Amino acid sequence: MRIELVKRKEQSRAMLLLSPLIAVGLTLITAALLFIVTGKDPALGLYKFFIEPLTDTWSLQEIVVKATPLILIACGLSVCFLSNNWNIGAEGQFVFGAICGCFLPILFPEFANGATLPLMLLFGALGGAAWAFIPAILKTRFNTNEILTSLMLVYVAGLLLDYLVRGPWRDPGGFNFPESRIFSDAATLPAIGDGRMSLSAPIALIVVVVLAIVLARTMKGFEIRVMGESPRAGSFAGFSAKKLTLFAFAFAGAMAGLAGTMEVSGSLNQLLPSISPGYGFTAIIVAFLGRLNPVGILVAGFILALSYIGGEAVQASMGVSDKIASVIQGLLLFYVLACDTLILYQVRLSRARPAAIAGEAEHV
Amino acid sequence: MFEAVLLTVITAATPLLIAAIGELVVERSGVLNLGVEGMMIMGAVVGFAVANQTGSGSLGVVAAIGAGMAMSALFAFLVLVMVTNQVASGLALTILGLGLSGMIGEAFIGVPGLKLPELHIPFLSDLPFIGPVVFQQDALVYVAFALVAGVSYMLFRTRMGLVLRSVGDNHASAHALGYSVIKVRFLAILFGGACAGLAGAYMSLAYTPQWVENMTAGRGWIALALVVFASWLPWRVVAGAYLFGAVTVLTFHAQAQGFGIPSQFLSSLPYLATIVVLVLISANRRLTLVNTPACLGKPFVPDR
Repeated sequence: MRIELVKRKEQSRAMLLLSPLIAVGLTLITAALLFIVTGKDPALGLYKFFIEPLTDTWSLQEIVVKATPLILIACGLSVCFLSNNWNIGAEGQFVFGAICGCFLPILFPEFANGATLPLMLLFGALGGAAWAFIPAILKTRFNTNEILTSLMLVYVAGLLLDYLVRGPWRDPGGFNFPESRIFSDAATLPAIGDGRMSLSAPIALIVVVVLAIVLARTMKGFEIRVMGESPRAGSFAGFSAKKLTLFAFAFAGAMAGLAGTMEVSGSLNQLLPSISPGYGFTAIIVAFLGRLNPVGILVAGFILALSYIGGEAVQASMGVSDKIASVIQGLLLFYVLACDTLILYQVRLSRARPAAIAGEAEHV
Repeated sequence: MFEAVLLTVITAATPLLIAAIGELVVERSGVLNLGVEGMMIMGAVVGFAVANQTGSGSLGVVAAIGAGMAMSALFAFLVLVMVTNQVASGLALTILGLGLSGMIGEAFIGVPGLKLPELHIPFLSDLPFIGPVVFQQDALVYVAFALVAGVSYMLFRTRMGLVLRSVGDNHASAHALGYSVIKVRFLAILFGGACAGLAGAYMSLAYTPQWVENMTAGRGWIALALVVFASWLPWRVVAGAYLFGAVTVLTFHAQAQGFGIPSQFLSSLPYLATIVVLVLISANRRLTLVNTPACLGKPFVPDR
């Protein structure tokens, strides 16, 4: 018995909606198996992981806090992926953006007025864009593989942050702990509600709405999609692949840098040696689960944010490693990719191949 | 002094060499598996765990190879049967591997490890300088070179290699000639997984005999870059791996000496060197275009 793919005449509308749901369902089943293998009650595990965080306001707020950077980064990445630019270094752009956004409150703490926060966000976005520009320029100028260069820069940005926080940017009054000084109120993103959420959440929402309109209704959005699906057709239309690569990377970097700055300013309130639990990588899953569509990304961001909170919950209450969150995230991406195949293809199980073809193939 | 440095270069280069030669075969068949880091870290943790539980380094190595192959089989099912995007599937494999290894490895953090024994080749290992460097290594160092020689011979001197390269260069023609593109690619991916698992075992059983979370630290990615560096030619992978081994070791020694350079800058050297090398190689179009498998990363759906 073998699995055969038969191309559909056109995209299956039903599968377009169903495939992410099937993927989530399969992930739940696998997660249950994972709990059984580790000797835990699967029903309790699934409840603690996926349901309980949705039942109290503290963890609901926490989900919003975690979803915000994921959604912002994934929005940027969707523009890259749609236009066939494989930026997988968003984690580095997040970190470098945060470094650029946070030098003001760290080096010039006395500069604290109404302009501080807007400037920080601006520098953060510019910093992230600059970091993303490196692989983009190397790709357009030297034809260098952007996957590897953008990823290598993740390690470099992480080491740079580590150096700054342990060295020149260490808090002079901080008893030698590797952390920067705590930001003043003027450099802190205003909180929403009782303090966990900050202004970053509505900013991310605005980005989602604007990007959705740009992608669906403007020439730029058309250019991004055409160049991704058929660069040749796009070049006949007068679009430049190189310019679009630079644009897509700069936009993705800016979003990641903005997210990094807002994470530090709104949640952490100081720079630490590590400021991200892998948001830049998880955002790749968010982008694919959301089908590279801003509204889809909004929903997917909350699902992946839930996986972070759920991982912490099962670790605290059931003694399961919180690495289970990362396992579930990886599985989810597998299932999403596999289920997306169902949109373009029908899967058929066939008994055997025609004898003639089978016979010829045996010569290998 | 020089002898000691050379010995550490060899141990630093070997995991890169093993992982890269496996990925080279995968890419020659036309598949880009970005999951090397994930397969390698799984090899590292499974190799360490099995060696620790059974007390046998060889069993650990075998288990690590199995773990790498199991991970790669998952990838192969996705990209070959379900025709998913290879870049995204490889990333998924890495994310999954990093998480799964963290879960498995939690019980082994801080547990003293088991080091693979060094082989002493009779008489020759007594030679001054050459003896310790060439004839007194652990078995996997020799396995790495055997793999390179074997892959080089297989690719360019056997029928199997010809079929593999034709599948990677033009899968439609290979299919029309009656070769099973899927089967060839599946076997190539499995070989790549076995090599990545072996490279992981080298990390946790020879290079630093212990388990540390994320201990591969991007070596899987550097191995991917090495394949490009080598422009898909096996013996050039050796040069690349030893170059990177040397850079890694030099940064260690520079850190020990101090020189007043912050250690983080030295630690970032291998990653920066990877970028520089990739730029130099890819700027040379003639070199890359000749050997790049033409169907690299392109999905194949047989028409029936």
